[in-house]
Amino acid sequence: MSSETARLRFKTWTCATVVVLSNVFGNLFLKRGMPADLPTPLAYVAALFRPWAALGVILLIAWMLSRMTLLSWADLSYVLPVTSIGYVLVALEGKLLLHEEISLKRWAGIVLIMAGVALVGGGTAVQTARRAEEPAR
Amino acid sequence: MKLLLLAIIVAATAVGEVLAAMGMRRHGEIRDFRPGALRRAAGVLTRNRFVIGYVAAMAVSFFAFMRLLTVSNLSYAVPVTAVTYALETVMAKYVLKERVNWLRWAGAALVICGVALVSL
Repeated sequence: MSSETARLRFKTWTCATVVVLSNVFGNLFLKRGMPADLPTPLAYVAALFRPWAALGVILLIAWMLSRMTLLSWADLSYVLPVTSIGYVLVALEGKLLLHEEISLKRWAGIVLIMAGVALVGGGTAVQTARRAEEPAR
Repeated sequence: MKLLLLAIIVAATAVGEVLAAMGMRRHGEIRDFRPGALRRAAGVLTRNRFVIGYVAAMAVSFFAFMRLLTVSNLSYAVPVTAVTYALETVMAKYVLKERVNWLRWAGAALVICGVALVSL
């Protein structure tokens, strides 16, 4: 593995970790901050200023920006499967924090997602389509 | 109504993400992560028409999703992301000209089935 490939891979995994965690925790905090009932459109706006919901929104903005940053060098067909590990974290979060049971079907889904992430993340290059002057890796 | 909203969400999300990938590729790799440099990059990106298109497409997708939640429940709405994964991988190959080799197709297929199983 050349040093350039190693540099890009390290940077990609660091940024992908930020993308996944900001999404998982952003959604978790947003859910936690939402009141049970939103009767009027104004109530939606007001709900976003509750502390947990506001923290969730900030994390979701960080998610969008970090995802765009990742796409500035990594292929979309690489980013999509690799960041889908978030679904696994959401399922495990339900089990660990909310003590929800994970059905056999969900476990099967988790295994399939992990296998897909491993195939794409471990087996393929971070970027394939770039300008001609940049060597393909 | 539900199917129309689903179609709008899938199309807007897929087109939006492809536009984001196009815009960010055109911008080039972000290498400097100091706050000043990131602010400058953000300033440049707000004038990038692909990025503007991405934000517009995501707004359409978001409001269609909110509308969908009023006519159906979340367990119906979320598995739709599996469909956008499939569409986006195809668009990555044919629109973005990424080299999607068999490992990526296989990985994407596993993830699509997995997401459907986890969220259905």
